[in-house]
Amino acid sequence: MVRMPDGALELVIEGRLASVTLTPVWRDVFDALARAPVPRVVVQAGKLTHCDGAGIYFFMELRRRQQAQGRAVDIRDFPPDFQHLLDLAEQVDSERSAEAPSSSGFLEETGCAAVRTVEDVWTQIAFVGELVVALVQAVRHPRHTRWRDAWLIVEKAGVNALPIVVMIGGLMGLILAFQSAIPLRRFGADIFVANLVSLSLLRELGPLMTAIILAGRSGAAFAAEIGTMKVDEELNALTTMGLDPVRFLVVTRVMAAILVMPLLTLFADLFGLIGAAIVTCSLGYPLITFKNQVLASVHAGDLLSGLLKSMVFGLLIGSVGCLRGLQTRSGASAVGDAATRAVVSGIILIVIADGLFAVMFYFIRL
Amino acid sequence: MDTDVIIRVEHMTAAYEDVVLLDDISFEVQRGEIFVILGGSGCGKSTLMKHMIGLYQPAAGSVWIHGRDITTAEGSERQKILSGLGVMYQGGALFGSFTLLENVRLPLEEFTELPRDALDGIAAMKLKLVGLGAALHQVPAEISGGMQKRAAIARAMALDPPVLFLDEPSAGLDPITSAELDRLILRLARYLGITFVIVSHELSSIDAIADRVIMLDPRVKGIVATGKPAALRASSENPWVRQFFNRQPPPDVV
Repeated sequence: MVRMPDGALELVIEGRLASVTLTPVWRDVFDALARAPVPRVVVQAGKLTHCDGAGIYFFMELRRRQQAQGRAVDIRDFPPDFQHLLDLAEQVDSERSAEAPSSSGFLEETGCAAVRTVEDVWTQIAFVGELVVALVQAVRHPRHTRWRDAWLIVEKAGVNALPIVVMIGGLMGLILAFQSAIPLRRFGADIFVANLVSLSLLRELGPLMTAIILAGRSGAAFAAEIGTMKVDEELNALTTMGLDPVRFLVVTRVMAAILVMPLLTLFADLFGLIGAAIVTCSLGYPLITFKNQVLASVHAGDLLSGLLKSMVFGLLIGSVGCLRGLQTRSGASAVGDAATRAVVSGIILIVIADGLFAVMFYFIRL
Repeated sequence: MDTDVIIRVEHMTAAYEDVVLLDDISFEVQRGEIFVILGGSGCGKSTLMKHMIGLYQPAAGSVWIHGRDITTAEGSERQKILSGLGVMYQGGALFGSFTLLENVRLPLEEFTELPRDALDGIAAMKLKLVGLGAALHQVPAEISGGMQKRAAIARAMALDPPVLFLDEPSAGLDPITSAELDRLILRLARYLGITFVIVSHELSSIDAIADRVIMLDPRVKGIVATGKPAALRASSENPWVRQFFNRQPPPDVV
């Protein structure tokens, strides 16, 4: 880089000007021009052996920046091959290009989020209606339902989930019994551990923990499966064949979820009680005392209310998982988003439903 | 070694588990030529390309790029070979969560130290070269399949690698865009000396750009013809090759 007597800046560029070698040239030239603008830049390009797209862009940018300030660039001895490329690039550069979208402000974002939430609730209500119609039809015309698919899903969502449900249930009973035994022992009431654990497991914790496991395992899986089908246009294929995706894909999954939830809950309850029994026995009480205590404190209603709740949880998890799958937009991250939303919505719905059940059971004195 | 040979495939066998797709094939690609791999659907064209860029390991034989064997290269050596290649996949394989500009900018960001405005400018220029100046800030899902394909070509040439592999570049494009793309390929080959390896079965495009083609036939699991497209059309000894070039159906049995 040399300053000439008439105030012009002379650049001699030799060898290869490629994307990986351009950085120092770019920095030197544009920093120098920014510090001390010159009326004219003369580039001696005769010894340039290679100039790729990035190099061409450098010359374009040099010319643009100089011209923007009413100054000139003179590229001398530019090899004709590269001149062709420069001409081509300048020709396409003059065509219209899109402006970067402006980011929206806080108020606009908040408004959009509110509208989206209302729309989401609306979609869920519409989906419930659609699902109810499809479920009623499935019950009225059982031959039209794809039971084989439903059984496969029962196996995946139910049988395969058994180990983790049993483990979590057992550990929960064990931990709950152990933690409550310590304070109760101070009052000499440690045998009431059996009452506490059995009641809370059968009515609350058994269905709730099982539902959360199912939401994490199968709710997410439903959303991902249906979401991938949507991305691959398989749902469009079903629709154009005249097959309703809700009947074809959703009904089977929802039915499977309703069916497996009470069964899994029963196992969670059973192994929770076994866990509690182990703690009670280790406190010095015989097993028969634990059994009598449990049978005296819980009634069939406690167990049945828990199982009823678990069926409703199954319905919620299955349907919201499928809904999120059907709502998947395109792109690789969309399926991940759908699975995440399925788990989050599933857990929120479970907790809300659980609260409603608590109020309802209180009023009907169950 | 001949310095004008940029890629050399030697006695390569490609197989999926026990099914052999290509059996003991050898050929060379010269520097600066537009080399087309041709053949009917399912004859292993894309598979051959994936072996050439080191995505698949051949069952036997080797692939030399710039004098290095990509089938045995590991670590930084493999990285070095791969950085000299640009690849456009059949479906585009654009990153769905990035805009087109970000897709093209990614390799520039990762492999150069250029300032942000230069990165944006170069990426925008590449996209304008393939006619996508109006869609710079859109994500792939918002544009058509043909546009995605062109964006994928822009991304493959982001770093102006000496060798560009294009898998079915003009399939799904309208005739005008397809012809524009052919012209761009010719210009890049002529002015920048880029070597193109193109997988295709678009005869009109091949006639316009190809310096040399090899033709794969699934029945012999290998190359049945090599040469210039015009010569193969006129005087290939293999009747199947002549049928292919002249778009003739096989003889009717009924």
